[in-house]
Amino acid sequence: MQASAVEIRKVNKYYGPFHALKDVDLSIPPGKVTCLIGPSGSGKSTLLRCINFLEEYDSGEIRIDGQLIGYETPGRKMSGRKLREMRRSIGMVFQQFNLWPHMTAKENVAEGLIRVRGLSKAEAETRAAEALTKVGLADKMENHPSRMSGGQQQRVAIARAIAMEPRLMLFDEPTSALDPELVGEVLNVMKTLASEGMTMVVVTHEMGFAAHVADQVAFMEKGELVAVDSPQGIFHAPKDQRIQNFLRTYHERNSF
Amino acid sequence: MEWSILEQYGPSLLRGFGVTVLCWILGTIFGMALGLVIALVQRYAPRFVGWIVQAYIEVIRGTPFLVQLFVLYYGGPLIGLRLDAIPAGLLGLTLYGSPYFAEIFRAGFRAVPHGQIEAARAIGMAEPTIVRRILLPLGLVSSLPALVNFSIILTKETVILSIITVPELMYQVGRMSAETYRYLEANLVLALFFWVLVEAISRVGRRVETRITKHLIERT
Ligand SMILES: Nc1ncnc2c1ncn2[C@@H]1O[C@H](COP(=O)(O)OP(=O)(O)OP(=O)(O)O)[C@@H](O)[C@H]1O
Ligand SMILES: [Mg+2]
Repeated sequence: MQASAVEIRKVNKYYGPFHALKDVDLSIPPGKVTCLIGPSGSGKSTLLRCINFLEEYDSGEIRIDGQLIGYETPGRKMSGRKLREMRRSIGMVFQQFNLWPHMTAKENVAEGLIRVRGLSKAEAETRAAEALTKVGLADKMENHPSRMSGGQQQRVAIARAIAMEPRLMLFDEPTSALDPELVGEVLNVMKTLASEGMTMVVVTHEMGFAAHVADQVAFMEKGELVAVDSPQGIFHAPKDQRIQNFLRTYHERNSF
Repeated sequence: MEWSILEQYGPSLLRGFGVTVLCWILGTIFGMALGLVIALVQRYAPRFVGWIVQAYIEVIRGTPFLVQLFVLYYGGPLIGLRLDAIPAGLLGLTLYGSPYFAEIFRAGFRAVPHGQIEAARAIGMAEPTIVRRILLPLGLVSSLPALVNFSIILTKETVILSIITVPELMYQVGRMSAETYRYLEANLVLALFFWVLVEAISRVGRRVETRITKHLIERT
């Protein structure tokens, strides 16, 4: 068996007295799609954000390709420079897109290539154009975010991440802020990425996506990782009562 | 009213206006620069540096500009700070404006959505680069209306420089009224000059604003 792309061991996270992640264990296999599902407030975003250390975990370990992130050794913080180096190879896509509004689509994508990877402007723009073409936005490169639909903005955000050539992509509810008719275009880009063998961790409320694209699904509740299983196992034969409840609520809300 | 005295005092009034504009421009630039530094220090420096800066802000904001100028100009020599009127006035304006500018910048920075900063961190961008490429451009844009507004307020504070004998417009107007007793004419001239200055600033401000926010406003 191949080593994990991300190995999460006994991770705990507190917000003050609030215990947000409780001894979470999870292995993310390389080249596969892992979906994180669970009720609101269960800690999905928190866990995802611990993986690139946007959120600091308090104890336990998170290893990216074997290397501990955020800490030099358990308890001793990693230097900013080292952390930045590790983050370069981890792409992240946010619910709110978080594009830089003062830059065009192409500039948004080229920015990291220039300022972080140190590419020349010309080279960066060529690569930005490639990445934008890949997400189907060849004709929107000179647009500012304010002149794009939510779906287009999110695809720019994905292009911005993949242009950095990450080994791992994190998605935090990438389609939750989108009008329903725009969800498909973003999911399609993600499916393409998955089919190319990108390691992906996706927090999502799109159960269809989780059921059809994920290789494994992790269910969280109240800061605990309740179960990790195949989509089949989670959606069609959930052993845990909490998963059954969650799915029942989900189906009730989405049926009419 | 007796406007003929303007022939005699016109040149000195114009010179005074020139000094006023100069003091205003330099005081605003230096005040903004210092304010920006303060806002960045407050955002990034360790806690105790923040406290020192906060104390400075409290002192400046808690005392009248007039008093600050007196202390600077007449009290300065006691600690070896001997300044001519104009440099003292400029330093006074700079110090006086800086906490207000700092507050404006601080609010501007806070208006930058945190997610946009995080997006930069997530791709491994270093903090100084984030400040330069994202925080400053976006923060300054949202600060702009308040910056223009406070700059306009500062134009009027420049008249106080007259009391430490900076030969700006108020000083010349005072001289003219004292010598001719034409208080009304003198003060109407003063008002007219300030109206022109303030109008010019707000026009330029509005133009700059529409220009640089063009791309930032959501299409609806
Ligand atoms: N910065 C914070 N300070 C305090 N509490 C926080 C903070 N961020 C998150 N929490 C709490 O931690 C818990 C987990 O939050 P998290 O955002 O990870 O949930 P989630 O599973 O992503 O939920 P959702 O589906 O609504 O996005 C929540 O109860 C939340 O209130
Ligand atoms: Mg969340």
